[in-house]
Amino acid sequence: MVEGQIPIEEYKTGNTKHKWDNKKMKSSHKILTKYTYKKGEIQKGYTNRTLHINLTTNEVKEKKITEDMKKKFTGGRGFGLKLLWDSIKPTTRWNSEENELIITTGPLCGTTQYPGSGKSLCLTVSPSTNIICDSNVGGFFGPYLKFAGFDAVEIQGKAKKDVILLIDGEEGKITIETAPNEETNSHILADQLTYMYASEDNERSRQKISVVSAGKGADHSFWGCLNFSFWDIRRKTARLKQAGRGGLGTVLRDKKIKAIVAKVEKISGVSNNPADPVKLARVGTKIHKEIRDLDRYQCNMRAVGTSHLVEIMDAYDLLPTENYRFGCFPKASKIYSPHFYELFTKVIPDGCWHGCTMACAKTVDGFTVKTGPYKGQRVTVDGPEYETVGCGSNMSLWDPLWILEFNFYCDTYGLDTISTGTGIAFYMEMYEYGILNKKRCGGLELCFGNSEAVMELLHRIANGDKGDFIKTAAKGIRRVKDWMIKKGWGDKQLIEDTGMESKGLEYSEYVTKESLAMQGGYGLTLKGPQHDEAWLIFMDMVNNAIPTFKDKAEALHYFPMWRTWFGLNGLCKLPWNDIEPANNAETDEPAKVPEHVQSYVEYQNAVTGWNVDKEEIILQSERCYNWQRAMNVWMGRGRRKDDWIPYRSMGPVTEMEYNSRKERYDKQLIEKLGLSEKQVENMSVSEKMKTLYDYRQNQYQKLADAVYYRRGWTPNGVPTPQKMKQLGMDDSKILEMLQQKINEDKKAGFNVWGGKYSKGEKPPSNDPHYWEKW
Amino acid sequence: MIEVNGKKVDWVENETVSQLLKRVRYIFPLVVVKINDKVILKKDFSTYSIPDNSKIAVIHMISGG
Ligand code: SF4
Repeated sequence: MVEGQIPIEEYKTGNTKHKWDNKKMKSSHKILTKYTYKKGEIQKGYTNRTLHINLTTNEVKEKKITEDMKKKFTGGRGFGLKLLWDSIKPTTRWNSEENELIITTGPLCGTTQYPGSGKSLCLTVSPSTNIICDSNVGGFFGPYLKFAGFDAVEIQGKAKKDVILLIDGEEGKITIETAPNEETNSHILADQLTYMYASEDNERSRQKISVVSAGKGADHSFWGCLNFSFWDIRRKTARLKQAGRGGLGTVLRDKKIKAIVAKVEKISGVSNNPADPVKLARVGTKIHKEIRDLDRYQCNMRAVGTSHLVEIMDAYDLLPTENYRFGCFPKASKIYSPHFYELFTKVIPDGCWHGCTMACAKTVDGFTVKTGPYKGQRVTVDGPEYETVGCGSNMSLWDPLWILEFNFYCDTYGLDTISTGTGIAFYMEMYEYGILNKKRCGGLELCFGNSEAVMELLHRIANGDKGDFIKTAAKGIRRVKDWMIKKGWGDKQLIEDTGMESKGLEYSEYVTKESLAMQGGYGLTLKGPQHDEAWLIFMDMVNNAIPTFKDKAEALHYFPMWRTWFGLNGLCKLPWNDIEPANNAETDEPAKVPEHVQSYVEYQNAVTGWNVDKEEIILQSERCYNWQRAMNVWMGRGRRKDDWIPYRSMGPVTEMEYNSRKERYDKQLIEKLGLSEKQVENMSVSEKMKTLYDYRQNQYQKLADAVYYRRGWTPNGVPTPQKMKQLGMDDSKILEMLQQKINEDKKAGFNVWGGKYSKGEKPPSNDPHYWEKW
Repeated sequence: MIEVNGKKVDWVENETVSQLLKRVRYIFPLVVVKINDKVILKKDFSTYSIPDNSKIAVIHMISGG
């Protein structure tokens, strides 16, 4: 036991207890399909097979993983992309019969000797973006899926009525069964199913169950997330981690899946069967020790999780407030991490998978719910993490208890906190301008800071409210923009500039106005504006370490590739750079944390028995990254126009924003645009804003030029067949498709650089068809 | 005058690294500080006085996200 930890028997959460007649509920299940399989062993991180379930036909089958597939796609998200490529069409949309929901693991997933090794990667065609969205998540399901015998599960088709899919690794069977009576909302459903499917009535048996679900919010919105459970034997409740982005939960519920349950026979430190357990133990021990010794002096993740970022973002003008208008706010100190630290339960190590010393998955126990169907009940709330607190500040909610309320209901309703919070923040700004009003919002007074209205909106979404506003609002910012523009409400440009979405996905919680590289980190991405590809704000805006377009493009090449690698392997990225070795400062490239990169190289080699180096692991990512972009192109997107970002993420949209940082912007007009002090003095605010607008838009286009070039793409953002071949991706269907799209772009005049270059400036290459000579 | 991450900042006599970080509101804990290309160890932040005309790099590690 860890020092200061309370023994299991003495720990009380104070949560409201529920009792269900599980036997009765289970007896109402009708088994639609039962499939038995040979259990088999994991070999060097792989089970070497995937599971395919078709809910329309109730067929279950196994697919073999070939060595070629491992070589090209590594695992995890890479396998997901390959499985989707083999199953969907370019016209497939989120609710098409053939769309799949895929949950994958990765060769390192399920390891307990190295922290952060229990992540699953989930993929589908997203309702928000109409392209593939991937999202990573903790909880026990991924490792259990693998221990039950499969590297991935792909689910196609749609059931007629609500079903549960059971992957039973204890008995070696898969069942599809109807589930008419269970609750839909996740915090209750996960508890019910854990009790229902545990082999015995004790905590250890319940710990061998993990449930994937999404609540009623996912039934009626495009913001549906997946909740992955893990049974917490101390709290005696199912905890929930979310695959938040892109509407994966919406697809789950569209397929009428109430839950996917994985059950394992046993969990052991060697379940992953590594090639070199001694080497694995050595690299693992080193990082465990580092976290234990240094975390308290660095990010303090073990005490407050990612919420420590709130005060930092506020101090650097990066914390989104009032729909990203500002990056700091006088009231923000009310939601700094010490306020959450007071609420967190402190005496239990909170990892979302066994062996994660980082233990950043904080919770608040015994939280009394203030509104909605669970009003008055006491519950355990997982989080809030930084992003969720950032949503609070974005909506101007400055009370930690309302942020917890928002967090709890988003989770149990299966709503992504990020999309929901960013979406509502935009609706609030529109409300402030009178573009939306009480009548147009179905009676809701959606002003900044109105926490009751926020909660009412969530409850109405979950209840399937049929009013125009709720129905549209639940589909996200892009649809609300289109709706308001179609109705002729408000100024089109203002609506487009302030609604923080790109590709149809809502932004996560960072203000990027002063970091061009981070604007690219949100815009020049595969799935949309999520910070998991690159987080370059400090490097760019604070350190001033990547001043040129070439430098920024290099960072926007390296970091997305490096971070993609975590998703190929089933890893969490936090133990890479939220902790650093004591001597990291003295290394050549401290931003990359070279010692940790080397540990990951050794880790992958120790599990798989390969002999890769740090260059090869970047290549592993590059193959999959380019493949995903190629699939975007195949689905009609993945071009420069699709990498568009709203101006609010580039600069001040309103005079109030400009005036709030007047000194900064005036200075830039002089220093960066070469205007004289006198000229700036004589300009009106709107003239200054227009000048800055044109400049910053062009900067972004030049950045896109540099990044596309660095990535080996055409000036319109299409991966070239030459690049794909260099990476060893020789699938003739994808190569032909890319060539055809490039020819079409050429005919339409799109294969030219997008930035306007003045005298003395140069595009990345004088020849915009540079790749043809490769 | 000193330069901090490329920006001109007034020099304050006897100011330590810790005091400078506080003054410029660099509160992020994972920073590497180099003064005229020499790494200053964290344990010396509260004792090392910054000479005038120094070029200081306060490298914020990525973290976040
Ligand atoms: S670092 Fe945090 S999020 Fe990552 S695996 Fe560990 S507990 Fe989970």
